Amino acid sequence: MPLLHTGRRRTKLNRSYNGPPRQGPVRHISPAQLNLERVYEQNRLSVQKKDGLKAPEPAPGPAAKGKPRLLLMGQRRSGKSSISSVVFHKMPPNETLFLESTARIQKDSMHSFMDFQVWDFPGQVDFMDPSFDLDAIFGEIGALIWVIDAQDDYLEAINRLNSTILNLQPSYPNVNIEVFIHKVDGLSDDYKLDIQRDIMQRIQDELSDHGVENAPINFHLTSIYNHSIFEAFSKVIQKLIPHLPTLEALLNDLCRACRFEKAYLFDVLSKIYIATDSSPVDMPSYEICSDYIDVIVDVSEIYGWDRPKEYIEFLEGPPWNKALEDQVACRDAESAILLTDGKRPIMLREVNKYLALVAIMCEGSYEKMPSVTMNVEGTVKGLTEVFEITKQRK
Amino acid sequence: MDQMGNLTIQDETAGASSPISEPRKQKKKKVLLMGKSGSGKSSMRSIIFSNYIAKDTRRLGATIDVDLSHVKFLGNLTLNLWDCGGQDAFMENYLSQQRQHVFSNVGVLIYVFDIESRDFDRDLLTYRSIIAALSQFSPTASVYILIHKMDLVVPNQREDIYNDRVSLIRSKSDAFDPTPFATSIWDQSLYKAWAEIIHDLVPNLDQIEKHLGSLGKLIMAEEVLLFERTSFLVVSSWTSNAIFTADKDHPAQNPTYDRNERLSNIIKNFKQSTSRYTGTPKSAEQFSVFDLKMPNFCMFLIKFTTNTYLGVVLPPGEERYNAAKLNCYIAREQFEDLDSPAKKSADRGATTESSEATS
Repeated sequence: MPLLHTGRRRTKLNRSYNGPPRQGPVRHISPAQLNLERVYEQNRLSVQKKDGLKAPEPAPGPAAKGKPRLLLMGQRRSGKSSISSVVFHKMPPNETLFLESTARIQKDSMHSFMDFQVWDFPGQVDFMDPSFDLDAIFGEIGALIWVIDAQDDYLEAINRLNSTILNLQPSYPNVNIEVFIHKVDGLSDDYKLDIQRDIMQRIQDELSDHGVENAPINFHLTSIYNHSIFEAFSKVIQKLIPHLPTLEALLNDLCRACRFEKAYLFDVLSKIYIATDSSPVDMPSYEICSDYIDVIVDVSEIYGWDRPKEYIEFLEGPPWNKALEDQVACRDAESAILLTDGKRPIMLREVNKYLALVAIMCEGSYEKMPSVTMNVEGTVKGLTEVFEITKQRK
Repeated sequence: MDQMGNLTIQDETAGASSPISEPRKQKKKKVLLMGKSGSGKSSMRSIIFSNYIAKDTRRLGATIDVDLSHVKFLGNLTLNLWDCGGQDAFMENYLSQQRQHVFSNVGVLIYVFDIESRDFDRDLLTYRSIIAALSQFSPTASVYILIHKMDLVVPNQREDIYNDRVSLIRSKSDAFDPTPFATSIWDQSLYKAWAEIIHDLVPNLDQIEKHLGSLGKLIMAEEVLLFERTSFLVVSSWTSNAIFTADKDHPAQNPTYDRNERLSNIIKNFKQSTSRYTGTPKSAEQFSVFDLKMPNFCMFLIKFTTNTYLGVVLPPGEERYNAAKLNCYIAREQFEDLDSPAKKSADRGATTESSEATS
């Protein structure tokens, strides 16, 4: 078992997951690489001394600037690494039982529609110790996610959370704090609401005792065994998207024009939605859209093999006599399924290689599919423009 | 017990009447599902025919004596599925008192071996006696062997253990030539085995395949699949041999060999989601049309006849896609008669004979 350089037992015998590979617990920087970094830095400084304008950008290290960061913190065995594995590395939830205790901070870079980092902290380390460099950790922060195990005694967790918040308030008052009340899959609805109320009460009381009013804290009930963790992450990520109102406005217009019941803009890899229209979000519609993405991805894996070029030439010949790209109306993936109950279609449209627009349409719209497609085309163009514009600014 | 008595009577009447239009008559096939207690027979049956998901099968208890179910398949095929309890006491009963009752008129015997079983030799002995009883009363039956619970074996040992078992079982199979399968309820191998079993039971199979072939060529499809409505098993399929490569003699084919089973699995799982979302029962029809257009292929699934769905895989291209879909809707009528129950065929008999005379 290659324990050393991966730091955790592989649970699948063919040693593969479907997501990006996990980095090891220790970022093995070889002596050669350290040397290189030192030399690069020296060069940079010397060039800067000669001519300040020409200095190259500092080499992007593990804490690359400009990427929002999600910090997963909490007591030990609260479920932080499991959450990270299930959401970002597509691990099946029942395999998370075999994950080992996190020894060091796991830094995962997610290359998705938005580049962000997820930092998974070991539970037993106290970060309020003065030996830790708070700036390195909290400098580029997007959101602090505190995971509390709802099935265990949570008083200690709440105390630590409170002391962390109080320590951060003076220097970083605008940090978004999200509390995931985790492992709620086995609990009854009443009990869940009770716990949530209790935890909220205690935290707010403690903080107002210390003079911190209205700290930006949000609470979520989550579990890795159903879609609730993805929903919670969707809400967290949405706060990090600066141009969210534009995206929402585009989706609202689309829903109004085509009379969609609900539309989501999904990140296909992690199944987190980054934007939705302003009608209330309900779990069933989120789940069915998420499952539909799975169907499309699986089916295209089976039938999307590379056809031989002689065949493609044959297809481009008579009677059409045009290139295959011109025979196709839309270069992106499109799909629709007409459910028998209520005759409601669900449609999917790829926006770019990371994102897909999934919507539940209203009754009887399947016949009007061509006009719906036209409207969706307009919205997708709008979304693409928004992403182009915001990318340039970076 | 009374129920079973009634059924034997029905079997006899079915055999007695033999109308001219033989292929369209209501076919009743008796399928025996046997194996040691706890080998997975009822679990498999509930997943394929009762829309259970693999996790739900944990709830199933031991089958007491025989669990009889009538599974309607494709309108004119009814399977009398005899899920026989595997406890020793029941097995002894089948081989002695109920011998003739159980083993006569059998169309198919499906025997399930549990790969985890500690006493394989004893299992083989039981198998041997079942085969003896079968050859006594139904020598023309087909035999299928399912080596089940393959997920419990380490992947790199699977093939060897499977081949070992199969050769031993074949040596005990007398005059029958059993078809073996390695299965597990946790992946799509289950669908592959059952699709093959059903495939051989469908009465006018070659006719169906011929029709699918002509339809496929007409619409320029790469693949045409015919699914049964509730179980979504691939009853029949056609692949184009016009996917040209540089080598004229060897047209290209989809490299995924188990794609039919995987597709069945994907759709069945999605049907579970939609039944949860819409609140309709799992066995109800969940969707009627599914379109998918990707840059390098297109696909649609449509509700075809009362008991079937048609799946078509096409190369990309709007005009070809829309034309193909329209043509498939038109082609429904031609396939409707494959699906019709016996009473409809009675009045059809006259018209087909006259059309055969003219053509």
